[in-house]
Amino acid sequence: MRRFWGFVVKEFLHIFRDYRTLLILFGIPAVQLILFGFVITNEIKDARFAVLDLSMDETTRQLTEKIVSSGYFQLDRNLHTYDEIDEAFCEGDIRLVVVFEPDFARRLEKEKVAHVQLIGDASDPNSASILVSYASGILNNYLLSMNSEAIPLQIHPETRMMYNQELKGVFMFVPGLMAMLLMLISALMTSLSITREKELGTMELLLASPLKPLQIVLGKVFPYVFLAFIDACIIILLGWSVFGVPIRGSVGLLLFESFLFISMALSLGILISCITNSQQLAMMISLVALMLPTILLSGFIFPIENMPKILQWFCHIMPPKYFITIIKSIMLMGNGLYFIWKETLILFGFTLFFILLSIKKFKIRLTSS
Amino acid sequence: MRTILYIIQKEFIQVFRNKRMLPIIFFVPIVQLLILVNAATFEMKQINMAIVDLDLSSSSRQLTSKFQGSPFYRIINSSFSYKKALSLMQKGDVDVIMQIPSGFEKNLVKEKNSQVQLMVNAINGAAAGLINAYSTSIILDFNREILIEWLNPAEMGEIRRIVTETSYWYNPKLNYTTYMVPGILVLLVTIIGLLLSGMNIVREKEMGTIEQINVTPIRKIEFIAGKLIPFWIIALFELAFGLVLGKLLFNIPIEGSLWLIFLSASVYLFVILGFGLLISTMTNTQQQSMLISFFFMVIFILMSGLFTSIESMPLWAQRVDLVNPLAYFIKIMRMVLLKGSSFADISHLFYALVIYAVVIISLAIWRYRKVA
Amino acid sequence: MSPQHHGTTAPQHHGTLPPDDAIIHVSDLVKKFGSFVANDHLTFDVKRGEIFGFLGANGAGKTTAIRILCGLSYPTSGELLVAGYNVYTQREKIKKNIGYMSQKFSLYDDLTVFENIRFYAAIYGLSKKEIYHRAGNLMKKLELEEARNKLIREIPLGWKQKLAFSVAIIHDPKIVFLDEPTGGVDPITRRQFWDMIYEAARSGITVFVTTHYMDEAEYCDRVCIMVDGRIAALDTPMDLRETFHAKTMNDVFLKLARAKTPEGI
Repeated sequence: MRRFWGFVVKEFLHIFRDYRTLLILFGIPAVQLILFGFVITNEIKDARFAVLDLSMDETTRQLTEKIVSSGYFQLDRNLHTYDEIDEAFCEGDIRLVVVFEPDFARRLEKEKVAHVQLIGDASDPNSASILVSYASGILNNYLLSMNSEAIPLQIHPETRMMYNQELKGVFMFVPGLMAMLLMLISALMTSLSITREKELGTMELLLASPLKPLQIVLGKVFPYVFLAFIDACIIILLGWSVFGVPIRGSVGLLLFESFLFISMALSLGILISCITNSQQLAMMISLVALMLPTILLSGFIFPIENMPKILQWFCHIMPPKYFITIIKSIMLMGNGLYFIWKETLILFGFTLFFILLSIKKFKIRLTSS
Repeated sequence: MRTILYIIQKEFIQVFRNKRMLPIIFFVPIVQLLILVNAATFEMKQINMAIVDLDLSSSSRQLTSKFQGSPFYRIINSSFSYKKALSLMQKGDVDVIMQIPSGFEKNLVKEKNSQVQLMVNAINGAAAGLINAYSTSIILDFNREILIEWLNPAEMGEIRRIVTETSYWYNPKLNYTTYMVPGILVLLVTIIGLLLSGMNIVREKEMGTIEQINVTPIRKIEFIAGKLIPFWIIALFELAFGLVLGKLLFNIPIEGSLWLIFLSASVYLFVILGFGLLISTMTNTQQQSMLISFFFMVIFILMSGLFTSIESMPLWAQRVDLVNPLAYFIKIMRMVLLKGSSFADISHLFYALVIYAVVIISLAIWRYRKVA
Repeated sequence: MSPQHHGTTAPQHHGTLPPDDAIIHVSDLVKKFGSFVANDHLTFDVKRGEIFGFLGANGAGKTTAIRILCGLSYPTSGELLVAGYNVYTQREKIKKNIGYMSQKFSLYDDLTVFENIRFYAAIYGLSKKEIYHRAGNLMKKLELEEARNKLIREIPLGWKQKLAFSVAIIHDPKIVFLDEPTGGVDPITRRQFWDMIYEAARSGITVFVTTHYMDEAEYCDRVCIMVDGRIAALDTPMDLRETFHAKTMNDVFLKLARAKTPEGI
């Protein structure tokens, strides 16, 4: 046992001496939180648009003014003919062109109907449709204020945003970020550190030492458990103090679930290192098999419900998905174990599965070599 | 010059001999393309709703059926208990709860206005905004219908209307995949390029072979060039492969010139590979190199405008983005492929990449030390 | 203690000019890593065509010195000429004239025997014809023709070492530096390896070899024994044995190491 702790201490020293790696391990959560908290938003604002005003009257000027003052748009230029539209789009920055028909104000007064054409640059279809709906919403509001007395029956929808009144993006990202980083540190770093020993030939030395293989693996893994756990705490603390992401549920439960997820990721990392011999390969597998699914197929950034059915099936075999669900449930909704026991059990299952599989693989290697 | 050719030959042999790396380099991107294109979407396909109808009038039922009729909405639960609905939301089964208060119809008839409550699960703020917008517009639609139903034509005639005609250029069907494919191709080429180059020199350091090269009279520029070109060729090939796949599988439009795409790509790849080699010269282990590459890659990708728009970022972040090579190349790819932009349209982006490439490769050559 | 004559930058020729037959001239070489002194005022000359042995325990500063002479590491101070060129200013010229084989014998594991030879020959700028010619001769001499297309990782350690040595002198250098070339192989292979070293020396290549096998010291023309970063003794093996009244080089070394006299000899 003393020998084992000596080994663990050596591994710790290895990691702590490598200040660059440490810096990054602790820098990544900070930088990414800042990115997600301040920089990345799904909202659209200040989109550039152009106006082709064939009427040039008071109403069209007012409407243009309304669009600009909404905050969603900024006026890039005024166009004079239809032919200029394609040119404007091709230069790249203009997302929407608003075309007012000739005699706009007169028609609105006399015929009670006037026409506007909204042309979106749908090479980016998502923003195009959102911008078009913003713009038509602005036009309708203007109309509503003109018609205010004329509409006799009104239903007012009252909306309450649950759990996240200000619709902050960070709320969505903090759980995902935790999953991603824990996965990165636990699975990727362990698999690399073990394959590195293999590549340099030092693994043979270790195996020849009186340490048992299990002790070696545990010794390599232990420091990363520690690092991962600290990183998880940093994210929760930063999210809470800087961005006001609440912890509505039990902190104990939260830490327990994080620990469970870390164990799962570590056993996955060990499995990867059992089946690979080079760091390059371990890294590629980790990146492809771990990071992409963690980022994309876990509900981190893109909601799972929006995906095609087949991909949704894939999502169900991605452990991070369950972890993210759990974290959201505890932190943001304040739920207890009652709502998440299923997900917890599934994570347990994954952990067990990976451990058993790596033991089997490890034995095969020992007997075959 | 001849020396470079031999280094290139050696790197190619090493890449192609690695039976496990090969599929990762060539097969995995395809899988990623397939997954990413389908997964990376904010497009809402379905909204799960619970309805708490406390009014039970014909109007409230009409409103309910309006939601039932919409292809977007799936009514998970209808009950009289808000608590029941809320617990469904807590379990994550329901995105939005609509509560129609008792007296809904009576108020509408008597007071001429009435209320409906929407409770949206806002953990995903962006989705919540959309859900709210959709739901509100359905309720307003319903409002308009009862107006037409209950009012006489004379009253209706007083209402002024602006008819908006909408047209979507370059992609009239609002097909999201055509937008994502060019960006994702950039992503894949970048990941492969950065990781291959980032791990390369440092691998020779770990193996000790770099010493053997450093005692030879090889020139620094020859060495860096010999390392750069093989990955450059592989990445360009991969881009071509990806474009073919994109055309075959997703039928992406190729409006502009392919020459322009590949011209920009070759410059862009010099930037990425130079970046990788620079990291490689500055680190001592593959683990370090990988982490640093990963660190920059995540920041570059998130700020590249691939998933979210750059204009929406705060001004300081947009300034930071000036050093993000991905942002330039994704923009070029989208403009040329989807809109057929010409060289004149993208020249400012192109020249920025050229300057970037020169700077980063010079840095890599300068940082590569033959002497410790 | 000793007054600092030289600054930390490159000193110009002054005082002792190297003797005419010296192909390596080292005077007052100092290398510090922080406060640790790895090479403490080394002064020696290596004669053209000789086999010069650099002996010492692990950590005595042998590898540090050899890396400096090969241009892989900067000296802290001292005057150094290798093949007539200045180590500070004419590094690349030196590299054309030397070969180097490190402890790790750096062949590429995932390249074949022939590919390794071709690669290293090419970066020394040999012409295509030369490359094929020499590669052919080399494999014939080493009896590696059968293994031409085998990966390095598949051939035995002894072969790898011989191949690494041959690759290190494929461009006919004036000097070859061997850093513990025989680590970890059996005595027979070591003997064969030394035959190759003799052959190289006969063809006019100066051999600078470090080792911690004392029996190998007997094979050298002259031996320099390092203890704790300093030169403890430098002479022919025979004279060393006489001076120290020892039967073998091993005894010589043990006496020197135990004494650890601060000034050496």
